[in-house]
Amino acid sequence: MMGRTHFIAALAGLYALLAGIIALPCLAVWADLEAGERDALAAMLAERAGLIAFLLLIAMAALGIIFDALYRRHVRLPFAMRERLEVVLGPNHVARLDETGPAGLRALAGAVNRLAEQRDALERDVAARVDEAKWRIEEERNRFATLIAELSQSIIVCNADGRILLYNNRARALFSSETDGGNIGAALVGLGRSIFGVLEHSLIAHGLEKIQQRLACGEARPIANFVTATPGGQLVRAQMAPVLQRERETADETDETDATIGGYVLILDDITRRVDLESQRDQLLQSLTEGARAALGNIRAAIENLSEFPDMEAPQRDRFIGIVREEAQAMSARLDRTVSQYSDALKVRWPLEEMAGTDLIQAAQRRVTQRTGLPAKTEELESGLWLKVDSFSLLQGISYLVARLQDEFNIREIRLRLLRSGRHAHVDIIWSGTVVSTETLAGWDLDPMSAAGESSPLTLREVIDRHDGELWFQREKLRHRAYFRILLPAAGAPPVPEPAPAAYGSRPEYYDFDLFQRTEASDALDQLPLAQLAYTVFDTETTGLEPSAGDEIIQIGAARIVNGRLLRGEVFEQLIDPRRPITAASVRVHGITQDMVVGQPTIERVLPRFHAFCQDTVLVAHNAAFDMRFLQLKENATGVAFRQPVLDTLLLSAVVHPNQDLHSLESIAERLGVALVGRHTALGDAIVTGEVLLKLIPLLAAQGIHTLRQAREASARTYYAKVGY
Amino acid sequence: MQKKILIADDEPNIVISLEYLMRREGFEVAVATDGEAALQAMAARPPDLILLDIMLPKKDGFEVCQQIRANPDWQQVKVVMLTAKGRESEVAKGMALGADAYMTKPFSTRELVAQVKQLLALPR
Repeated sequence: MMGRTHFIAALAGLYALLAGIIALPCLAVWADLEAGERDALAAMLAERAGLIAFLLLIAMAALGIIFDALYRRHVRLPFAMRERLEVVLGPNHVARLDETGPAGLRALAGAVNRLAEQRDALERDVAARVDEAKWRIEEERNRFATLIAELSQSIIVCNADGRILLYNNRARALFSSETDGGNIGAALVGLGRSIFGVLEHSLIAHGLEKIQQRLACGEARPIANFVTATPGGQLVRAQMAPVLQRERETADETDETDATIGGYVLILDDITRRVDLESQRDQLLQSLTEGARAALGNIRAAIENLSEFPDMEAPQRDRFIGIVREEAQAMSARLDRTVSQYSDALKVRWPLEEMAGTDLIQAAQRRVTQRTGLPAKTEELESGLWLKVDSFSLLQGISYLVARLQDEFNIREIRLRLLRSGRHAHVDIIWSGTVVSTETLAGWDLDPMSAAGESSPLTLREVIDRHDGELWFQREKLRHRAYFRILLPAAGAPPVPEPAPAAYGSRPEYYDFDLFQRTEASDALDQLPLAQLAYTVFDTETTGLEPSAGDEIIQIGAARIVNGRLLRGEVFEQLIDPRRPITAASVRVHGITQDMVVGQPTIERVLPRFHAFCQDTVLVAHNAAFDMRFLQLKENATGVAFRQPVLDTLLLSAVVHPNQDLHSLESIAERLGVALVGRHTALGDAIVTGEVLLKLIPLLAAQGIHTLRQAREASARTYYAKVGY
Repeated sequence: MQKKILIADDEPNIVISLEYLMRREGFEVAVATDGEAALQAMAARPPDLILLDIMLPKKDGFEVCQQIRANPDWQQVKVVMLTAKGRESEVAKGMALGADAYMTKPFSTRELVAQVKQLLALPR
């Protein structure tokens, strides 16, 4: 009622002012009058007192009405307008001012409305741009992630503290050792994990130092190389390139010297095999030359004796001849051996790839038809035959041959055949009808391969040589046809490629550049905001509900949350042999039977791996006390202690919704709109728990619970915490 | 006076040739087939020259050469090293350890004889 009192005060002031204005001349006149005149005037006024009072009242009422109208129009209206403007500025962007009242005010309201329109348009524009930029970044990220995933090298990007921001599957595979099911190493390469888990700290520090020196020398793109061994024993060559960061303020001035190292890219190559082959080659060469020297020495000495001393007795002569024969034979055998071993080593020097022979033939079929228009059929195709080829040049060679056959002999159809012959494969290009002489064909392999609208500086001979192969022309007289035979060395079947990890979501999760912002300095996890922490959400399945009565863990499932994202690609899932029967009641819950755990590793082997997986994270479980109890009872047996901070989604849910009765994982998930997947498998429950945690974090923030410490304290205060195990 | 030559090599096929060759050239020849036997033969009857293969069992040629040079009584013994490795660094090592000459297999018997005679200051 602020406005009302204001109005009354203003009106009272007006009346007082008018009374003053009227009273002043009256008093002046009164003072000027003689005593007689005063009496006469007083008598005249007294007679008309009623009329005067009436007129005064009328005047006051009229004044009041006029004042009220003016007040509404000029004072109340601007105030109302201001209140409305607050709404437009704040909660309701579409609200507008009413354009009423006096002309000046109307114009003002109109101008304000136009300003609001402008603001809205700008906001829409900005939002659209932001959306577009987001979409583009997402697009680029996906493209980038695909690219990284396809690379044949292992790539790891770290920030300055050595936290992994990006990796590809190959990097993960590189560090997963065969010895422990490949899990330890794989667990050590993950977003937000430390690179020092897999590579020596001093090595990285040395690399960075070298890069810094080179930067100081003004080198624009310094890199450092080093060779190291992985925990699994492979030899790895690493190339390290810095990710340079400029301070934001100086970002406009492209001053290279101001850049600091914000992180680095490691490109890793497994050179174990290459080094093996190289040293094998060296050994071959050495044994060949040294062996040959000794043998030749023996032969030469014997022969020279024979010719120097023709008067030698017969038995002596026979001995020398025997030496020559023996050594020559041994040398031939050695040479054969070396050549066959050396050609194996030679094959890996060219960038040849393993290709299934049938794939090569099919590709050749397509290409020949495409280039020459000739129908290409296939005959016998030996399956399971692998070749080491540079498929591009070889296919070019095949279609070149066919094109020349077509041009010069007008053949109408070709057939392709793939045969095995010992350590070699035969790729035959067969045609029938036209008789072709061997001389005509001579020289085809020495011309540059240009035919059928394609030209290559290479000759077919070069291509064949490069494959360590041979090429010839042959007739099949009985069937009246002829063929070119390309002889290629057969290769062993390549190792089966790493299977892609089970993709839960469509988006790859191998990178997170927001981690660039993180620094090691803030060691005290307790002070960190919940949204920034790295979590391991996990769940266990057990033989029963009483750990102290000897119940055991039979399955652990876990996933990681880094920077507010649940990483479904970095999970831990393991069955465990409990070495005791699983109760029927618990089989009904989790469906894990005795048969499934037989032959699985025991808890002593699994917990250290799980411990490595959880490194540097906050543990999260639903009803965590239960799971933690099982883990803690195993501390002595396994030698690993889980000392990480622990959060419990059950307790956090009770903090957020104290008036709800149900805090089972299902109820919470339903309340928060989290889809239930794979319920009652350890990994399925862990993932649901993770989603629930991500939904709880903003709700906790709304209650002023931002840091880990606050969350733990709030958890401890809830009713449920007091009913612990 | 007949000069004495010790042949230290473990390969019978070269030993036969060297032994025959050296006898025909008029030397008195002894044979040892490993490093230790070579040193024993040296001690029993010091030769004027030893044809010393590097890759010997028990003690390699380098070690034998070193021990020869370490013994004051054997300073006059000429050492000709024989090797199937043609590496320069190896030749340098042999010479550094006190070998007088170095022959890389396969060598010409004529050159070997010439080398031996030169070292023993005999007319060719």
